[in-house]
Amino acid sequence: MSSVTTPTAERAAPAAPPADAAGSRLGALLRVPTLGPLGALLLACLYFSFASDRFLTGGNLSLILQQVMVVGTLAVGQSAIILTAGIDLSNGAVMAFGSIVMTKLAVAGGLPAWLAIAAGIGVCALFGAVNGSLVTLVKLPPFIVTLGTLNIAMALTHITSKEQTVTGLPTVLTKLGDTFPLGQTRVTYGSVLMLVLFAVAWYVLRHTAAGRHLYAVGDNPDAVRLAGVDVRRQLITVYTIAGALYGIAALLLVARTGVGDPQAGQTENLDSITAVVLGGISLFGGRGSIVGALYGALLVGVIRNGLQLTGVDSVYQILITGILVIAAVAVDQFARRRRK
Amino acid sequence: MSSRFTSKAITALAVTAGLTVGLTACGSGGSSSAGSGSGSGGSGSITVGLITKTETNPYFVTMKKGAQAEAAKDGVKLLTAAGAYDGDNSGQVTAVQNMIAAGVKGILITPSDPKAIAPTLDRARQQGVVVIALDTPPDPQNSADALFATNNTTAGKLIGQFAKAKTAGKPVKIAMLDLAPGVDVGVQRHDGFLAGFGIAEGDPSIVCAADTGGDQAKGQTAMENCLQKAPDISLVYSINEPAAMGAYQALKAAGKDKSVTIVTIDGSCTGVSALAQGEFVADSMQYPLKMASLGVDAVMTFAKTGKKPSGYTDTGVNLIAPTPIAGIDSKDTAFGQSNCWGS
Amino acid sequence: MTAQTTKSSDMPAESGGAAAGQAGQTVQSVEPVLEARGLVKRYGHVTALDGCDLELLPGEILAVIGDNGAGKSSLIKALSGALTPDSGELLLDGKAVRFHGPADARRAGIETVYQDLAVAPALDIASNLFLGREKRRKGVLGTVFRMLDRDRMQSEAAGHMAELKIGIRSMKQAVETLSGGQRQGVAVARSAAFARHVVIMDEPTAALGVKETGMVLDLIRQVRERGLPVVLISHDMPAVFDVADRVHVQRLGRRVAVVRPGEIEMSDAVAIMTGAAPGNLAAG
Repeated sequence: MSSVTTPTAERAAPAAPPADAAGSRLGALLRVPTLGPLGALLLACLYFSFASDRFLTGGNLSLILQQVMVVGTLAVGQSAIILTAGIDLSNGAVMAFGSIVMTKLAVAGGLPAWLAIAAGIGVCALFGAVNGSLVTLVKLPPFIVTLGTLNIAMALTHITSKEQTVTGLPTVLTKLGDTFPLGQTRVTYGSVLMLVLFAVAWYVLRHTAAGRHLYAVGDNPDAVRLAGVDVRRQLITVYTIAGALYGIAALLLVARTGVGDPQAGQTENLDSITAVVLGGISLFGGRGSIVGALYGALLVGVIRNGLQLTGVDSVYQILITGILVIAAVAVDQFARRRRK
Repeated sequence: MSSRFTSKAITALAVTAGLTVGLTACGSGGSSSAGSGSGSGGSGSITVGLITKTETNPYFVTMKKGAQAEAAKDGVKLLTAAGAYDGDNSGQVTAVQNMIAAGVKGILITPSDPKAIAPTLDRARQQGVVVIALDTPPDPQNSADALFATNNTTAGKLIGQFAKAKTAGKPVKIAMLDLAPGVDVGVQRHDGFLAGFGIAEGDPSIVCAADTGGDQAKGQTAMENCLQKAPDISLVYSINEPAAMGAYQALKAAGKDKSVTIVTIDGSCTGVSALAQGEFVADSMQYPLKMASLGVDAVMTFAKTGKKPSGYTDTGVNLIAPTPIAGIDSKDTAFGQSNCWGS
Repeated sequence: MTAQTTKSSDMPAESGGAAAGQAGQTVQSVEPVLEARGLVKRYGHVTALDGCDLELLPGEILAVIGDNGAGKSSLIKALSGALTPDSGELLLDGKAVRFHGPADARRAGIETVYQDLAVAPALDIASNLFLGREKRRKGVLGTVFRMLDRDRMQSEAAGHMAELKIGIRSMKQAVETLSGGQRQGVAVARSAAFARHVVIMDEPTAALGVKETGMVLDLIRQVRERGLPVVLISHDMPAVFDVADRVHVQRLGRRVAVVRPGEIEMSDAVAIMTGAAPGNLAAG
């Protein structure tokens, strides 16, 4: 195989702008898409650790992780969908429906807890498959499709739950809300599961062909189709897997709150999109790292927890989040333009 | 290896290291396990948490102001939080956890979902925090140490009795504007009204019942739909003032504001002026400020002496009616204006 | 990835079945690499291909020119498998083939460079080159964990680019950072890397400036040097006359002429294309 460089003199096409040795390492570092969100997260942690002596404790950090685990898990699925240049507005409602299905089946339906959990996750995956099919086969815009399924899921949640919160859950359902000791603190099993899901998603997106095709389909779906990939099957798979992830988020929600709550999930769709955007993933698809969404979700959790600890009115949390979202999108646009 | 890979690896390592260090080495200071207070006597400042249903409903805004005033008077620190919407259990769970992490001695809460919040309140009490429910009890009620609330059944009964006396002799068609299915506050007021009026559930004089969520816009919609269903409604029971004001708008638009009677519950200053202007005929006044200040005081007592409040404390209710009716005990508008809550 | 090594520039070849052109003809006949006979395609009342023929000889660059609506793109789609003709036949190396989709054509060794390039701009050059044909690591990592062998793909990509003398240093650059001509180079390198028999290019110099057009034409010659015949659609007449060995003129859904750039003026070729002058092939 010939070496990487050295074009022959006569026929050389002009070389790409040479990356000078000094700037290349810095340039490569700056181009790490998650540098922004990670930086913001570390800055926020730094600020709150000075503002409150209770912030930087093991227990509090573990608490933040636990509070973020539901939206974080939703954000894994949302990231994958947004990377394909789609969007999912239905994930909160689907999660709520899943949580009602699994709790009702376990309590009133008398099903063994594992089966109830599987049914709940399965129902959410089914919603995902419906979303994916409508987007690819009927060619409807994802925004519209998921807006529709959001309402359907919300209605089904109210109908099946009869507006009643489900209580008296078997302990298997809340197991993920239990904690185990790590050093001097306790960590929730569920938050570890969320981190594992992020790690697996990161691996698939970075190191497998399927992940690469996912990025490509958000960037230029024709290119992927012409490259011989079955784009329709790919997208339906992505939406379905995202749905299953929403089912896992439902289980985490049940574990955290200890109930099946039909009123849940009303703001989580936007919360997951916020985490994705704060994480530097482009809403136009094809760009960004899923780890960014984890940082984005953590950032929101840190700010909420930190403001509470310092006694600041929670309204400011919403204000700050809004400013950060705009800043994140602005930085993304700026970086895009610099790339060209 | 590419420089991009190494920079990514470095950030990943840094984050993992940071998390591990944070979780393990810093476990000493004030972790959330077994946070039994060190606040004997007046050694540290006492912190109290107040969690309302939402930040926007004026009722809860008043409660928050009352708590802040009492906290300033008592010299305690007040942390506040709320859910994102009426019914947001998850947001209240997060607030409870964060406040415990912040080291509160007691939590005052108006539960958005009484059933759903119960396990979280139990866990909070297990960690040595005193939990006081304001305005709405959790379900089961003993998930909180104490309840400071209006006797909602009485509140409903008072306006039911007044309405009965007002419409005595004439046949009535009643519209019931309720809260939401299964919520105690709404059920108690609804049943109290029926008992005061002297009819049972399902009575033929009740021609329409709708849920409003205690919201003005939804109250208006509910009233409009009820009027479509039964144009000759003559009496409206409303769960609270926002819903009543929405109902009044609907009636006014239909030209029926003079011919239909509205009775409601709350006692805000806005509501009392609407009452004075004749939009409603009777209003059961609640005392959220009293709930808040009693709550703050109770937590302070617990922090200082270890004595927990318990049981249900009735924070009182008064019937306000601009035009009184013989035989029914009520207070006049002047009383209403000087005792109302809100601005 | 072997390719035939004959060079068309030395061979005044005529295809087996075509009628004689105005240029001097020889008795030699060489089997075409790709041949289309009597392709017909109708869309409702519109006839896109009306019994169209084509021969692509080994080692040549064949340009297809024609006015709008002449059926050029339908012809190219039929050759690349994106379109199945209503009737007519395609022969690859003398054997009849049927393509039910672009994947079939690719499997048969025909690669197409589309007009909009079909590259993913946010992905790097190596990823684009191997899109849909990614290489995995050996052993458990590749089979069980499906891990991509990025280093291998990057070095192979660099090799392919170097073979075509495209001077881009890092295969990890995102395609969107490249100029139009360089992007075209990536797309061409991709087809050249995987094609076994034919490379088809659809308007490769459209939207390029003069200098970059020159670059791309050099690339096309490089592909031919590597032994792959090229079918080239273009309406850039100077480019066509610069690089093509033979020119196939398409009009009203069929081939009306095959000319050699050295033996005819550009304006005459354009005249045949627009119908102002007759073609040099018998009808039928």
